[in-house]
Amino acid sequence: MSASALLALSEGSCHLVPEGCGFPAPNTEIFNFDSVVEFSLFGLEFHITKPLILLLIGALLIVVFFVLAFRKAKIVPRGIQGLGEYGYLFVRDGIARETIGKAGDQFVPLLFTFFFFVWVLNIMSILPFAQFPVTSRFAIPVAFAILVYLVWVPLGVKKQGLVFFKNMTMPPDVPKAMYVLLVPIEILSNFIVRPFTHSVRLFANMFAGHMLLVTFSVATWYLLSPNIVGIIGSGASFVVTVGLTGFELLIQGLQAYVFTLLAAVYINDAVNAH
Amino acid sequence: MSHAMSTLAEGSSVLAVPIDELIIGLLAFLIVFWALSKLALPGIRKALEERTAAIEGGIARAEEREAQAAALYSQYQAQLAEARTEAAQIRAQAQADKSAMVEEARTEAAEAAAAVTARAEAAISAERASTVASLRREVGTLAVTLAGKVVGESLHDDARAQATVDRFIADLESQAAASGTSA
Repeated sequence: MSASALLALSEGSCHLVPEGCGFPAPNTEIFNFDSVVEFSLFGLEFHITKPLILLLIGALLIVVFFVLAFRKAKIVPRGIQGLGEYGYLFVRDGIARETIGKAGDQFVPLLFTFFFFVWVLNIMSILPFAQFPVTSRFAIPVAFAILVYLVWVPLGVKKQGLVFFKNMTMPPDVPKAMYVLLVPIEILSNFIVRPFTHSVRLFANMFAGHMLLVTFSVATWYLLSPNIVGIIGSGASFVVTVGLTGFELLIQGLQAYVFTLLAAVYINDAVNAH
Repeated sequence: MSHAMSTLAEGSSVLAVPIDELIIGLLAFLIVFWALSKLALPGIRKALEERTAAIEGGIARAEEREAQAAALYSQYQAQLAEARTEAAQIRAQAQADKSAMVEEARTEAAEAAAAVTARAEAAISAERASTVASLRREVGTLAVTLAGKVVGESLHDDARAQATVDRFIADLESQAAASGTSA
């Protein structure tokens, strides 16, 4: 940077920003990416974008890590087996058995995949060079929520028969007249809104987190100038960015847990009639 | 806002669900699920089951050992009690033996003392008898000599003198016997 540019910055210029002088607040465009590869299959256009590449990298990471950790699992765990085992026991004991009971064991692989896949895709948010939460692309949580829906609804019919729908929409110990009100509400909340809230919860958290991180990262750069306001403003924004990164790390794990826990709760509705 | 509107109009809203992305998301999940279920999770499940079995086996073995130890302990206790009873019996037996021996010794001592006494009495009576006999002879001789001197008559005829002495002593004895019985 030339001396004249530095001088201009110190006098309040804003040449670090390409267009005009306003704060280039990030908008939803930061969630849209240009295709890296495009192809057509069965008459459908496929646009491979950065989030989808990250999705495939995440999938590969998960599979490679856990196959290496568990393929030759020993009775006495060593190295990455211990780490992976910690995750396995967390899902098995903390989610599957805790929520579904002993019958939860058969759903451990599904819940395990949900938890770690979602978590890794969330972590992409703060992973250097990736720096984008794949789950903030709405289609991804929707795909996962659809899968959960396609598991628990048929499972409920299989385990309980058509009584499943009665169990899910007519809670016991309620005055008969109340069913006029309750049944539509239960149908709406359990069968229609459920997959939507299930996916939106994850999407919105990751979307908001990414938005915050980008906003403060941009502010750190935008405010950077060789004067006192610039140093304080940029420094503060940087500190907030670092703090938010730590916060996001927490949220990423938490949202993966919540998504998986809800999947387990839905499966429990199907397995254990109540 | 106008920008957001324009992106919505372009069909790139953040809530848009592009069908290609959805399909890739579904496939990616299913592939990861398949790979983990087939290649990764059976290994860890098997290892965990084996560990549970090993721990349960260890616990069973420990319980077995504990039972063995308890049996051994009670056996030892029984043996100890038995030994104590035996010792007490032996002590009682010894006590009894001791008093019997003391009794025996005492009886023997008494018998020995009695024998000694008897022997002494026999010796004394024999001594007395011989003393009486010799005294009788000497008293006779002395009396005869004394009587001869008194009557001036020689009484050297031993046979007669002896007869006289004997008669005299017999008289004396019969008198003594008479007075002894009357007394």
